[in-house]
Amino acid sequence: MEEYLQSAVNELAQRCGGQGSEFRGEVTVMVPAAKIIEACRILRDDFAFDMLPVLTAVDYYPRKDGRFHVVYVLYSTRLRYYFNLRAAVDESPAEIDTVEGVFPSANWREREVWDLFGIKFKGHSDLRRIMMPPNWQGHPLRKDYPLGYEEVQYTFNYEEIDVKKPHGER
Amino acid sequence: MTTEIQEFTLDELKHLFSPAALTGETMVLNMGPQHPSTHGVLRLIVELDGEKVVNCVPDIGFLHTGIEKNMEAKTYQKAEVMTDRMDYLYTIGNNLVYSLAIEKLTGLQSPPRSDAIRVILSELSRIQSHLIWIGTSSLDLAAMSTFLYAMREREMILDIFELVSGQRMMTTYIRPGGLWRDVPAEFESAVRNVIDILPRRFDEYEALLTNNLLFKDRTVGIGKIDTPTCLAWNVTGPTLRATGLAHDQRKDNPYSGYEQYDFEIPTQTAGDIYARYLVRVAEMRESVKIIRQALDRLPYGPVSDNNRKYVPPPRSEIGVSMEALIHHFKLWTEGFTPPVGAVYSAVESPRGELGVYLESDSGPKPFRVHYRTPSVPLLQALPLMAKGHFVADLVGIIGSIDIVLGDADR
Repeated sequence: MEEYLQSAVNELAQRCGGQGSEFRGEVTVMVPAAKIIEACRILRDDFAFDMLPVLTAVDYYPRKDGRFHVVYVLYSTRLRYYFNLRAAVDESPAEIDTVEGVFPSANWREREVWDLFGIKFKGHSDLRRIMMPPNWQGHPLRKDYPLGYEEVQYTFNYEEIDVKKPHGER
Repeated sequence: MTTEIQEFTLDELKHLFSPAALTGETMVLNMGPQHPSTHGVLRLIVELDGEKVVNCVPDIGFLHTGIEKNMEAKTYQKAEVMTDRMDYLYTIGNNLVYSLAIEKLTGLQSPPRSDAIRVILSELSRIQSHLIWIGTSSLDLAAMSTFLYAMREREMILDIFELVSGQRMMTTYIRPGGLWRDVPAEFESAVRNVIDILPRRFDEYEALLTNNLLFKDRTVGIGKIDTPTCLAWNVTGPTLRATGLAHDQRKDNPYSGYEQYDFEIPTQTAGDIYARYLVRVAEMRESVKIIRQALDRLPYGPVSDNNRKYVPPPRSEIGVSMEALIHHFKLWTEGFTPPVGAVYSAVESPRGELGVYLESDSGPKPFRVHYRTPSVPLLQALPLMAKGHFVADLVGIIGSIDIVLGDADR
């Protein structure tokens, strides 16, 4: 691991309780969900990571504690380093603080994660669905959201099938 | 429950507009999604004071096809076919970045010949994407003839894609570990023919536009954005380089051997539509330079990694080798199983940083694929560029940031 990135990992371990790891040359730090704003701020202000290219989530479905991981990939345009942050989010309540205040670009990315994974971002200025229509039921990228092979709903039995149909909302 | 799609009401969006919109002092107008100037299915809710844009709220998702979800249900090889359908003007790059992510995850090595062909094709792809851009964005500003010329040149490049892969746009030619197969013998002369013609044609476009007073009136000083705003809003690509920061993945984090080629990253400092135009035209010329160098030193040899656990054997081997037959069967029925882990890899698309976040759970299907697409931040920053300009200029600004809605909505 590069010395510079190592010092960032140490700083995050000390101030936010983050756990660093390395895979295929990429540095990842797992931070507690409550410390995510602080971790982003440390990386932006003290380590010159001025961009947030990726904000997405991963669903480890049957798991209840830490079911979701919210993934942040930060980039430094000056030093040309990537840095990954991850925070575990429980199934309920599925919520984490917004990093909109640190990186304004997180606004739409967080809306996308809310839309497709159903993770709420506390303090977000405009948390609406972005990809799916506003009245959509469920969150499609959750692993328990079905992809095809569903019973076909006709007009005469729409309600009947709708009751037992999985909507990925559990 | 109904199956009808509801829309956001103005009441739900009122925090995005000024109080004057609610009293009727300013007008809230809907633009798109079915509007030729929105380059696809982009909907803008525009707040107007007379003809001046006070605010605009982009509404995306009309082209959302759930590709990320669908990819989780297919094996790695089969999922790649869907990547073409996102950014349909940079299909080669979508394949490339997906293959690069798998190569990073599994440790596959793309041989030098494959790398060189990847570079040639992705630069050709960049040129054809910029050609569409120069045509459509000048059409938005009422310069009709450039569009017809640009489409003519784009056709020559699509013919090369058809020559190598049998497909004009959705090629799926770049595969994890290398290429689908080697290029045909006519490839080199066909590409040389195109890159000899192209620079002359770029001169023609420039003669039509660069010093055209009508074009400059519509572009200089319109849709300005500066570097810190770009970084905060994650705007990359020509829009960022037009503000003066030479951020380009091909130089910053070289992939596929871009470090071997001698080329410049064109930048401008004004940050307006005209600066973006100059950057893109200069980029097309640099792309031609890269293609020429890559053709001159195109090495001979294999075009894909020899690791049969990941790369299917060529047809000629299947007839003579039992192992090859078994590998072929296993790869196309079961797929390959990369180790557990997550990687991020990025390339420079004609619009900016195109990245893939790929996570594997050691199964034959990707556990999670996320495409970091450049069009999303560009659209997100559109209101910042459009505020205070006329509606007619808003059309020009949408054209100048060169969005692809398939790329934004996925």
